[in-house]
Amino acid sequence: MSAYGIALPDRRLGWRLALALLAGVLASASSVALLATSAWLITTAAAQPPVLILMVAIVAVRAFGVGRGVFRYVERLAGHDAAYGVLGETRARVTERLEELAPAGLSLRRGDLLTRLLMDVDAVLDLWLRVVLPVLVATVTATATVGLLVVLLPTAGVVVALAVLVACMVVPWLTATTARRAERTIAGARGEVAARATEDLLTAADVVAFNSVDDVLKEFAAADAELAAAERRSAWSAGLGNALLVVCVGVATLAGLVLGSGADLAGPAFAVLVLTPLALADVLGGVPLAAQLAIRVRGSLDRLQDVLRAPAPVTEPAEPDELPGGWGLRVRGLRAGYDGADVLRDVEITIPEGSRVIVTGPSGSGKSTLAAVLLRFLEPSGGEVLLDGVATTRLGGDQVRSVVGLLTQESHVFDTSIRENLLLARPDASDLRLCNALYRARLGEFVEGLPKGLDTMVGEHGARLSGGERQRLAFARLLLADHDVLVLDEPTEHLDEETARILLKDLFAAAGRRTVVLLTHRPELAPHPTQPVLRLT
Amino acid sequence: MRPVDPRLLRRARPARVFLAGSVLIGVATGLLVIVQAVLLARGISDVVLRDAGVGPVAWMLAAVIAVRAGLVWLQEVVAQRASAAVKSTLRRQVLEHSLKLGPAWLSGERSSRLTTLLTKGLDDLDPYFARYLPQLVLAATVPAGVIGWMATGDLIAAGTVLVTLPLIPVFMALVGWATQAHSRRRQRALEVLAHHFADVVSGLPTLKLFGRAKVQASAVRRVTDKHRAASMSTLRLAFMSSMVLELLASISVALVAVGVGLRLVEGRLGLETALMVLILAPEAYLPLRQVGAQFHASADGVAAAEEVLRVLETPLPVAGERADVPDLRRTPLYLHDVTVRYPDRSEPAVEGFDLELWPGEVVALTGRSGVGKSTLLAAILGFVTVERGVVVAGGSAADEFDPVLWRRQFGWVPQRPGLRVGTVADNVRLGRPDAADSQVRQALDAAGAAELALDTPVGEQGRLLSGGQQRRVALARALITEAPVLLLDEPTAGLDADTEATVIAGLRGTGRTVLLVAHRPTLLAAADRTVEVGARKSPIDRLVERELVTP
Repeated sequence: MSAYGIALPDRRLGWRLALALLAGVLASASSVALLATSAWLITTAAAQPPVLILMVAIVAVRAFGVGRGVFRYVERLAGHDAAYGVLGETRARVTERLEELAPAGLSLRRGDLLTRLLMDVDAVLDLWLRVVLPVLVATVTATATVGLLVVLLPTAGVVVALAVLVACMVVPWLTATTARRAERTIAGARGEVAARATEDLLTAADVVAFNSVDDVLKEFAAADAELAAAERRSAWSAGLGNALLVVCVGVATLAGLVLGSGADLAGPAFAVLVLTPLALADVLGGVPLAAQLAIRVRGSLDRLQDVLRAPAPVTEPAEPDELPGGWGLRVRGLRAGYDGADVLRDVEITIPEGSRVIVTGPSGSGKSTLAAVLLRFLEPSGGEVLLDGVATTRLGGDQVRSVVGLLTQESHVFDTSIRENLLLARPDASDLRLCNALYRARLGEFVEGLPKGLDTMVGEHGARLSGGERQRLAFARLLLADHDVLVLDEPTEHLDEETARILLKDLFAAAGRRTVVLLTHRPELAPHPTQPVLRLT
Repeated sequence: MRPVDPRLLRRARPARVFLAGSVLIGVATGLLVIVQAVLLARGISDVVLRDAGVGPVAWMLAAVIAVRAGLVWLQEVVAQRASAAVKSTLRRQVLEHSLKLGPAWLSGERSSRLTTLLTKGLDDLDPYFARYLPQLVLAATVPAGVIGWMATGDLIAAGTVLVTLPLIPVFMALVGWATQAHSRRRQRALEVLAHHFADVVSGLPTLKLFGRAKVQASAVRRVTDKHRAASMSTLRLAFMSSMVLELLASISVALVAVGVGLRLVEGRLGLETALMVLILAPEAYLPLRQVGAQFHASADGVAAAEEVLRVLETPLPVAGERADVPDLRRTPLYLHDVTVRYPDRSEPAVEGFDLELWPGEVVALTGRSGVGKSTLLAAILGFVTVERGVVVAGGSAADEFDPVLWRRQFGWVPQRPGLRVGTVADNVRLGRPDAADSQVRQALDAAGAAELALDTPVGEQGRLLSGGQQRRVALARALITEAPVLLLDEPTAGLDADTEATVIAGLRGTGRTVLLVAHRPTLLAAADRTVEVGARKSPIDRLVERELVTP
């Protein structure tokens, strides 16, 4: 999907944007007409005609005065409504794509990734509200104004047309070209400052403990100075567009005055010719800003494209095979790793239904890589994994994961209630069932002891729970889901010895007919003193 | 929300200079607006009434236009530069102040809020400086001059403007009131959205595990739609009042135009004056109208600035100043009746804990997860405020000493080490910046990280290393310091048995005092003594223990 495609409105929102455009043009045209009619009214009045002749103009002046406010209101409301709608769509589309990439395909630095997503996706609002709509409104209104002036005096009309052309084409071009380079510098420096700020705040405890606050601040100040310098450089070009705009409007007015004075025009027509271009300042005023924003928006969309274009770590089959009924696993000649470097080489293992299998090996020997392949988070670079005789590459990821479940050493707990965290695994589960799972994970008493019970909020990343409680909550969640194979990747790493033994025992017992694949560097904790089936080196 | 926050001006000198420059430019602009109107009116009436040429008037007009263009450019340059400088000043001050407020103050949620503030939040100040403030200055200078000049030509028109103009600030206050509430709600909604996004993105693997990732797109749609609905209801109000404002301005201009026209018919006014009034009337309203619009556009920036000021005005904890920190190589460290309570909790994290740590001792802290073992290490380092009780060395409470000098006594391995982007060696050198490569190598070997090369990049948050490797780098970082006491929070989690044995041997070999949080029996066995945290003790137990331990 192209990055620009994701910023487009659907049909309903498209109509709303069209309404905003129409209202915007009417509002802008009203302010031009207000000035033109007033000029005509006054100059005509100077000849002291009967008041009746002026009546139409008087009514028109008042109507345009009212129209401008009302139409502007409609424009802003419809525009914002549509733009927020497009933003929501874009966010959802981005999430859809990220879903395909997670977890193996998202190798971006995290702080940067999140900042990018937020800022770049938000750029969609600017795209519609501050770039596309204002530019279209200005173009249409200015064209209509030029039309009026050409009728009054073709020569002056042509000069005004040129001035408008410069304002609509050269001004944005000038703004864009002079600002582009500095903008690019700003984006880099800004990313750097953002990454540093994120890191400095995340590692604050370490930095303070080792008395490195001053060094860290110095580094930050250097990055920050670069950003400030880049911004100052871009400042020189910022005003050029607006200044040229003043010149354009001025030239248009002067053209009316000079050319009009030489032509054989009636007084009122002459006044309209000279004064109407003044209203163009209001009409064209937003163009330079829109041009500047357009660069930023484009940068954002381009960066968004980078994220979205990353190759998917797993290719889903176009027509997945039917999910087989059994859940015996066979790994044959498996090679896998990240970024072309294989961590696993020629792994062979058979995991019959309901068996208890222990895979061991030191840190970094590829236990987690094996888990990723079993869960179909990662494509094998060679060999295959067979689920009941069917290669998992021929199955959809979600199909595989409906059979195979995973518990890691640091399970993600969402910033919501305990109940919601559990319901994730089984949306239709009753409270009784949730409590049952919690008790089996040895967290039942703890939760029942909480004043709000299941509705207790766990905080960001489960910050209000201890490490052990977080892990037990994840256990409970896994027990709730109806997997046939449980892959446990160092599940008890952060727990004390006794709790670890009890939990593993409970988990093995609760597994029942299910297969358990335990990946650990400490096989002695497992309840059945099974010999490791596979040792990774 | 005040239009110009004096605290902001106090904090950021560039803002003051900028404001002064803007006033000068604003006054000059006001004068030129009047001159331009006069020239145009003269030019038109010359042609219409006297059929004269426009030569000199045209030249003068050209000059006025050129100077106005120059002023517009200058204003933007000055504004952008000021904005860049102010943002930079505030960013640095905020980071410095929050680091000084310390790790306990910077707890999880606050830290991510601050990150947003330092990046996107402050950039919202750009429109505040580039558009709002200059417009505010124009609003204060231009209308006064314009009305004054109009009064010299047509008192009635000037009177009309004078009567209607003050209504605009009234409505502006309305707009301000509406947008303030709006801006806060929007900021809130934005935060909720940002948070929801972050949570969804970092939880995507988990969501995929349960086949729930695909529905996240619709969840995001739902959340954003809710945001949109909330935004729309506030926007309707904000736009409504700005519509009234705009209507007021344009109807007033229409009134002036019609009034002038009628007086012309009656012959009570000359054409030149009438034209001058017509050209000037919108100019009187324009700056005020735009202030409203710009205020709206910069409300986010103002809100960000307020948050910055809130952070900067959080008082720093009072730090000790004594430089005579006792050498813990020779002096024992006492924890006496230490009780720590986190601000948002009713139960204390640690209550009435006693400990004596003798030089050269290896002491293991045990206890269920969540009993406050890590909190004790934080209390020794001075990261958390001890509510009751005291940490004592050499007969003085720890908080009497200069915290920087006090922390030099300790090498710390936190439960989740925060590694910084750079190489393994860079991270180890956080412990001792001037360490030679050989010393770094030695520390890594002692930490059981013999397989890690010095120039291995660690990635953001140590992402390129495994959990065990991260912890070993953190251990090397603590070992390389010359600190007499090591505070280790589960230093061997994620290590296999062999590596663990190497590490323990290395620890014992240093001869330093070690206080470690441990679960594993091998680690506990390696300690001279084990202290259980969270075991309730009666005062008599404590007394007995003290009698036994104190020589």
